[in-house]
Amino acid sequence: MGGPLPMTGFAEQGRLLDDGEMRRALTRIAHEILERNKGAGRVVLAGIAARGDDLARRLASEIERIEGVAVPVGVLDITFYRDDIGMRAEAPEVHQTKIDFDISGTTVVLVDDVLFTGRTIRAAMDALVDFGRPQAIQLAVLVDRGHRELPIRADYVGKNVPTRKDEEVQVRLAETDGEDAVVVGERT
Amino acid sequence: MPSRVLFGAVRLVDPVAGHDAVTNVLVEDETISAIGRDATGGPRVDVLDCEGLILAPGLVDLHVHLREPGFEHKETVESGTRAAAAGGFTAVCAMPNTDPVTDNSAVVMEVRNLAEKAGLCDVFPAGAITRGLAGESLTDIAEMAEAGVRLLTDDGQCVQSSRMMRLALEYAKAFDVAISQHAQDAALSEGWQMHEGYYSAMLGLPGVPAEAESIVIARDLALARLTGGRLHVTHVSAAQSVDLIRQGKERGLRLTADVTPHHLSLLDEDLVTYDTSLKVNPPLRGVEDREALREGLVDGVLDAVATDHAPHAAEDKEQEFDQAPPGTIGLETALAVLLTELVAPGRLSLSQAIERLSVRPAQILGLDEHGGPLTPGRPANLVVFDPAVEWTVGEQPFFSMARNSAFAGRALKGRVLHTMLRGTFTVREGEPTR
Amino acid sequence: MIKHLLSINQLSREDILKVLDTAESFREVGTRVIKKVPALRGRTVVNLFYENSTRTRISFEIAAKRLSADVINFTTSGSSVAKGESLKDTALTLQAMGADAIVIRHSSSGAPHTLSGWVSASVLNAGDGTHEHPTQALLDLFTIREHFPSFEGLRIAIVGDVRHSRVARSLTFATVKMGGQVTLVGPPTLIPPEAPAWGAEVSHQLDDVLPKLDVCYMLRVQRERQRQQFFPSIREYSRLWGLSRARVEELPEAALIMHPGPMNRGVEIASDVADLPRALIVDQVTNGIAVRMSLLYLMLGGDGA
Repeated sequence: MGGPLPMTGFAEQGRLLDDGEMRRALTRIAHEILERNKGAGRVVLAGIAARGDDLARRLASEIERIEGVAVPVGVLDITFYRDDIGMRAEAPEVHQTKIDFDISGTTVVLVDDVLFTGRTIRAAMDALVDFGRPQAIQLAVLVDRGHRELPIRADYVGKNVPTRKDEEVQVRLAETDGEDAVVVGERT
Repeated sequence: MPSRVLFGAVRLVDPVAGHDAVTNVLVEDETISAIGRDATGGPRVDVLDCEGLILAPGLVDLHVHLREPGFEHKETVESGTRAAAAGGFTAVCAMPNTDPVTDNSAVVMEVRNLAEKAGLCDVFPAGAITRGLAGESLTDIAEMAEAGVRLLTDDGQCVQSSRMMRLALEYAKAFDVAISQHAQDAALSEGWQMHEGYYSAMLGLPGVPAEAESIVIARDLALARLTGGRLHVTHVSAAQSVDLIRQGKERGLRLTADVTPHHLSLLDEDLVTYDTSLKVNPPLRGVEDREALREGLVDGVLDAVATDHAPHAAEDKEQEFDQAPPGTIGLETALAVLLTELVAPGRLSLSQAIERLSVRPAQILGLDEHGGPLTPGRPANLVVFDPAVEWTVGEQPFFSMARNSAFAGRALKGRVLHTMLRGTFTVREGEPTR
Repeated sequence: MIKHLLSINQLSREDILKVLDTAESFREVGTRVIKKVPALRGRTVVNLFYENSTRTRISFEIAAKRLSADVINFTTSGSSVAKGESLKDTALTLQAMGADAIVIRHSSSGAPHTLSGWVSASVLNAGDGTHEHPTQALLDLFTIREHFPSFEGLRIAIVGDVRHSRVARSLTFATVKMGGQVTLVGPPTLIPPEAPAWGAEVSHQLDDVLPKLDVCYMLRVQRERQRQQFFPSIREYSRLWGLSRARVEELPEAALIMHPGPMNRGVEIASDVADLPRALIVDQVTNGIAVRMSLLYLMLGGDGA
């Protein structure tokens, strides 16, 4: 499911969120989802591989803790829907997709780690629509770093962080990277 | 007014005369006029500075396919002899698998006339052993010998019948001709595409084992012993065959053999790209076979190098591997291949190489005018080449009509500058004169 | 990823795993209601089939279409292939048409190699003469992986006319590369003496080999081979190297029975054996589509530079 982030070639320059801040942000987002949708009734979570699905699972357990409802969680790999296939030397690496529930008539909350140009979300919406016809699609992201290239906006944001375009934002999760943190840095 | 040409400061390599030194060579009209450091030729002489170059008797090829009459879309006598001259040859033996087959004196004369008209290289057509190459009845050997034939062969085909081969060897004894066998057992070779071995199994191509060649050679040696006839084995390709020929010579049989430049340098493993330029008959074989062929050439068991120059039209070679006809052109690369693969690494001396490319083939064909010696009064059939020039095969157009060279793209060392046929340049500064 | 798939030997161990892992994702696509993704939208895949093979051609066609590519079929039953146009001229036509990939099946070994020299498209070998059938080997490995988690030490026997089988070559090369143990079984006339150099064992006694197998892979034996006298009679062949019901009892319970199809029932495999549930013959179709989608995606999903 993605694997740990490469440590080489990346020079960390700042910490945007530590583990405590990340935990509180996710809790707040879980509350916001329940508030906006008036409960968990028709909500399903679709995490965008590779880190979105870990976040989606955390959100699901928060929602269960708060509301006592287990919302369905799916994993969505958007690789096949990317708009840049054929532009790099190798075909983009694929991850697993697992949506074994019907999304028609539901409110699908897409979950991703970083919102940047918006192209991933555009691809995710195209992918979702091939699975069925949701009643609504909402978007939850841990970090919104600006620089949108498409008319996409998040409904739930952990933290808004202005960045330079050439900077890189890394979300590290305990499940795969051994720690919970969001860092900003440069490619070396 | 006599035409006079002086090759100045050239290294004259003449195996028959036993000459290998830098000297001047003066040619007057059709013959060698003088040899020596003080030969200058006086006024009105065409002087060529040949420092660093080598002068040798013109090369002689025992086995070329000129394709005319019948296959003029592949090559003609004119284009083929032009290619021969470009390769340093002054005489070639043309194979009889033409259309009509060269199995009678009329076709023999036709080929000779075409060659004479082109004036680029002497052609001694080979006559077929059997009518129509069908393997069933002998040709009029005496008649063809009178028309100038020195060698008989069914090349392309193998004389399969032991009885026919025996009769051919026996009957030909009365005439000064060699019987040359393309050794290939038909039943073992059915459907063959390449040498049977590790590579044919991996590439999924039907293979023909070396035994298909050696079995026929073994039989023919027995028949040569039985009849006392004169046998030549052409394009030997396998270690087993070299062993048999060595034994045959040790037993005193009237036996000679030739090997191609491509069998001396290329291998079956080169076929992994299914390049049809490398599809040849007999096929390229393995490392041990190539080594045995090289050793055989060095120690004289294999007498001569003959190209088996086999031109094909581009569209015939640009097909699926199993559809493409076998053959590679070779006249324009033969000398360079020998120099690069055997002389430069020190396995053959220059003099030995010239022996195998010129002297021995001339002797096998009984050609007095070719193969040297290049001494005063002798016909000026010679080649001048630069042993050091590096070139890539195919970078410049071939003079042959065909392009199917097994050496395409390879880097070779050594190139012909001048070729002279009876004192007339057929190639000058690398360009044919006609 | 390599530009052309002409021989399975061009793929490294890592490449093969990548193809199989990616095929898992495409297998999932096959379970969706909309079995289509836009990954290769706008690309053109040509099926150039000089030999009749409906199953393989359809498998490639479905694979390409599920990737949203456009598919053009050049087959022997129609178009220029039947009219005797040379391979080179056909290649130039396809080049002019802007094909991105050409899937070729041909009766001449090496035809895909030859074709790749004339086109800038990616060439995929769907079976050439008696040389190779790389996609078949990959789909066979994919199928095997559903039942055995690792290829390391996997014991597979390939039984029959190895000499003339492109499937046998590709599967042997692939299995050995992945760490499996291959035993080639059949009459000596149908197993090339050089086969041990491929990393395989050779046996002429099928009964000795059966009890220690994870996969028993039966090759099709053409009746033509008996006419060519590679073995004296169908009866003798079938008795010594055919997979009979009795022989199936000798196989370990977990062992798979596989056959690339089409089968010569009664020659290399008994009819009732072919219909057993553990004989995975028909089910390789689904896996074939996933594996071929994976190959097309990996080969065309890069910039092709």
